[in-house]
Amino acid sequence: MIVEACKAKFTEPLRLKSGAVLPQFEIAYETYGELNAARSNAVLVCHALNASHHVAGSYADDPDNLGWWDNMVGPGKPLDTERFFVVGNNYIGSCFGSTGPTSPNPATGKPWGADFPVVTVEDWVAAQARLADHLGIERFAAVMGGSLGAMQALQWALSFPARVRNSIVIAATPRLSAQNIAFNEVARQAIMTDPDFHGGHYYEQGVVPVRGLRIARMIGHITYLSDDAMMEKFGRQLRRAALGFDFDADFEIESYLRHQGDKFSTYFDANTYLRITKALDYYDPAADYGGDLSAAFARAQADFLVVSFTSDWRFSSARSREIVRALLDNRRVVSYLEIDAPQGHDAFLMDDARYFGALRAYFANIVL
Amino acid sequence: MTEAETIARWVSPGARVLDLGCGDGSLLRQLWQTRQAPGYGVEIDDAKVIECIRNDVNVLQMDLEDGLAAFGDRSFDYVILSETLQAIHRQEPLLKEMLRVGHEAIVSFPNFGYWRARIQIAIAGHMPVSKELPYQWYDTPNVHHCTLVDFEALCAKLGFKVLERFVLTDGGPVSLLPNLLGSLAVYRVSA
Repeated sequence: MIVEACKAKFTEPLRLKSGAVLPQFEIAYETYGELNAARSNAVLVCHALNASHHVAGSYADDPDNLGWWDNMVGPGKPLDTERFFVVGNNYIGSCFGSTGPTSPNPATGKPWGADFPVVTVEDWVAAQARLADHLGIERFAAVMGGSLGAMQALQWALSFPARVRNSIVIAATPRLSAQNIAFNEVARQAIMTDPDFHGGHYYEQGVVPVRGLRIARMIGHITYLSDDAMMEKFGRQLRRAALGFDFDADFEIESYLRHQGDKFSTYFDANTYLRITKALDYYDPAADYGGDLSAAFARAQADFLVVSFTSDWRFSSARSREIVRALLDNRRVVSYLEIDAPQGHDAFLMDDARYFGALRAYFANIVL
Repeated sequence: MTEAETIARWVSPGARVLDLGCGDGSLLRQLWQTRQAPGYGVEIDDAKVIECIRNDVNVLQMDLEDGLAAFGDRSFDYVILSETLQAIHRQEPLLKEMLRVGHEAIVSFPNFGYWRARIQIAIAGHMPVSKELPYQWYDTPNVHHCTLVDFEALCAKLGFKVLERFVLTDGGPVSLLPNLLGSLAVYRVSA
């Protein structure tokens, strides 16, 4: 499938949850399939930490650059683009095309950098609603995402109850735990204490806080995999003939993390990383209801599919069951899958026959 | 009358139903179609969970042995345990949970006191194998068999009231000597 990246520009200011105002913004997006005449077959796909609007297919001039959820989305795939009009979008604050810290600040003409406001899941959803208006979509057949993307799918059902028929919430949590926030804080500290960070104004200095980004990514990666998956993949395998009795990488896992960190630091923006981890930390729809998630979901009107993976210790199945409980308390239509998959949090990106089979069946039952 | 028809007759129209061990969701589908009773199923088997989704039945993939913590007190009119009781390891806590979550429980199970089962043990000297109990002793998922008498004794011990009982053999009702002549029992109980 050959796809094309698009941009939509919004000149109406967007008031953010923090109180800050984005005077104008752009959203990068892609669409797959055709919007039907009734405009009833649109599905919004929301991405997690380091992905983008490039969900499926590849570009004519870059055939190797496959979308991050290409196994899930496309012709004949579980989310079948022969039947659905799928919209991939890049949230604001990102560094992959939508307005973010690397974009020019209209007030100064220079990149926003450290001055770009802290954005939240609620802000992303508000911006996505503008994109839906732009595309002529009054109501999505489904909003779907994994991890941080799942938080957006949840929030859609809360921010715009009448605009979502199905919310598909995969590997989610209704709020980060203290441990989750702790990992995020270590990552942020790694970035902010890098001498090249310059308080977020590193663009002007012509440098990138590469060391901080590397460590942030290495920490993140540890939390995406299960202990078993990591052991299975790397074990205690050495990457050199014998122990070196020095501090080069002895073990394959060290080398793997270094490689992931290096790669990430070449394409990801540090200011974006800080903001995304804050958006994760801040997300807590129950907060305005005295911690009562069931009360928070009273406004939801969508049907829900919730999926978790047993080996996911980052956002464990127990967190998804909290979401299910809140939905049951509100008598929402909900199905819940707890997939016994070994990969950890990253299982939501893997092609598992049970997971994909369930999603295929779920989408097939959505009446258009 | 089948077991499903019996349950459908007992469930009042529009009632909220939770079906534990719901298989492919066919009972819930039938209850929705005949009684407009919305419901949820609980099932642990991956393939059956997908079948439920295909059948457009709400299904929650959970282990009944972990209890029913996902469900609020009295959040259902009926909690159904159809031909699953014998496969549960700890019946007592589950039965109590069923009547915490539901106003009434509907429980069905193969009657181990059925005469054919008794003959297979007493005369032929082997564990019963039948339509209701199609497994060999070494490959059965069933761990706790009981008879009508046993189940009613457990209800009495737990302080549950038996509201209604329907006993079947080969799809026909049994009224005479049910613990001997019935192969499947369906009970409606309350706390």
